[in-house]
Amino acid sequence: MERSFESGPFAGDDLAVVRGGRAVFAGLSFSVSAGTALRLAGPNGSGKSSLIRVMAGLLRPTGGELRWGRAPVREDPEGHARRLAFLGHSDSLKSTLSAGENTAFQLRLRGIEGSTRTAALARAFESLNITSLIDLPAGWLSSGQRRRTALAGVLASDAPLWLLDEPTVGLDTASVTALEGAIAAHLAVGGMVVAATHTALDLGARVTDLDPATCARKTASLSDLGDGWGVA
Amino acid sequence: MGRFWAIMSRDLTLARRQGADLAMTVSFFVVVVVLFPLGLGPTPGQLAEIAPAVLWVTALLAAMLSFDRLFQQDAEDGGLDQLALSGLPLAVVALAKALAHWLTTGLPMIVLAPLLAITLNLNTEAYGALILGFVLGTPIVSLFGTVGAALVVGARRAGVLVALIVLPLTIPVLIFGTLAIDAAANGLPIRVHLLMLSAMLAAAIPLAPLAAGAALRQALE
Repeated sequence: MERSFESGPFAGDDLAVVRGGRAVFAGLSFSVSAGTALRLAGPNGSGKSSLIRVMAGLLRPTGGELRWGRAPVREDPEGHARRLAFLGHSDSLKSTLSAGENTAFQLRLRGIEGSTRTAALARAFESLNITSLIDLPAGWLSSGQRRRTALAGVLASDAPLWLLDEPTVGLDTASVTALEGAIAAHLAVGGMVVAATHTALDLGARVTDLDPATCARKTASLSDLGDGWGVA
Repeated sequence: MGRFWAIMSRDLTLARRQGADLAMTVSFFVVVVVLFPLGLGPTPGQLAEIAPAVLWVTALLAAMLSFDRLFQQDAEDGGLDQLALSGLPLAVVALAKALAHWLTTGLPMIVLAPLLAITLNLNTEAYGALILGFVLGTPIVSLFGTVGAALVVGARRAGVLVALIVLPLTIPVLIFGTLAIDAAANGLPIRVHLLMLSAMLAAAIPLAPLAAGAALRQALE
């Protein structure tokens, strides 16, 4: 990866998410600048996935604001989507398409075409040691292989911001090391990584830890947040 | 534009690889239409009379079989998140899906309808109206179905629910589609019926994807 990113810090101010009348978290602020990582830790159900979905723009926060540099993200959601690569809970692979076709589709969704796509795809599969799986239908892969194929889509993308929700689920030690290498390379060229994980994953030296659950306790009153978001 | 085609061509590839889904919809159309001549017995006049309604109603029912899987698979495997993050508005994503749906469901029906009309003893004068009506009507059904499919993402028994939502919406298509065939069979002008169908299609192309996009946004949250 010889490219480098020029990107203003990605930050959230006073974010709150209320689901089903319960505050998942509130008063949460974070900032990620170029070359740094943010680890979302905390027990199951602490709001890590919700926060990552908020960061991706998939979930609208009940309160607070996301900013990229100085510009609010909600003013340009499409532009925000283009600068991030998202790995969710599920691998979003179609079992009748081959691993390579699945990743190629993700890259086509980002507008990456032609030889750039082929090269980026080959490099990502190579770095995760799954080159041999490229032509296998995703339905034949084991869960760890599926996870790595989904990760390849993130690695091959040209996005400065990686949002990874439990990236290490199902990965063996060698694959975790390969992922750590890819993350280090991404951070070295000025990328940003946000990873929700409760396993050991080395995100480099410039990493901040954040536990959404500790923010939820700060919530004084739900009524300050509600805009009809199912606040009971 | 490249991303629009990427979504559409992937859906076409998936439809081809999972050929059974597609075959089921089309076979349902064929089998049900063929049941009518068998059930009514050798009464050619009666058959010709009900032929327009049989073809249209069966086509609508067959289409309903295909809508539940339009977004369901993507919603279950996380693909919907990736589509939402493509940087394309969800309305455009829905339009790409609707187009792929029409190419895999509507188009085969347009080809099969005239062949099935033979078994129903349809008046020879009416074939033009039948084909034109299907050409204009099936895309409307695909577009309305996309809205229904987007609304039921994540619901249980989504297949039945989508039919209950979409079938009432398709009543105008059914009325003008069958009227056009009837008119042609009786030597009356069909232009007005086809214009009505065209107007509905012209309205559905921009409006249905917008509605489907809004429904998908809800499904994501």
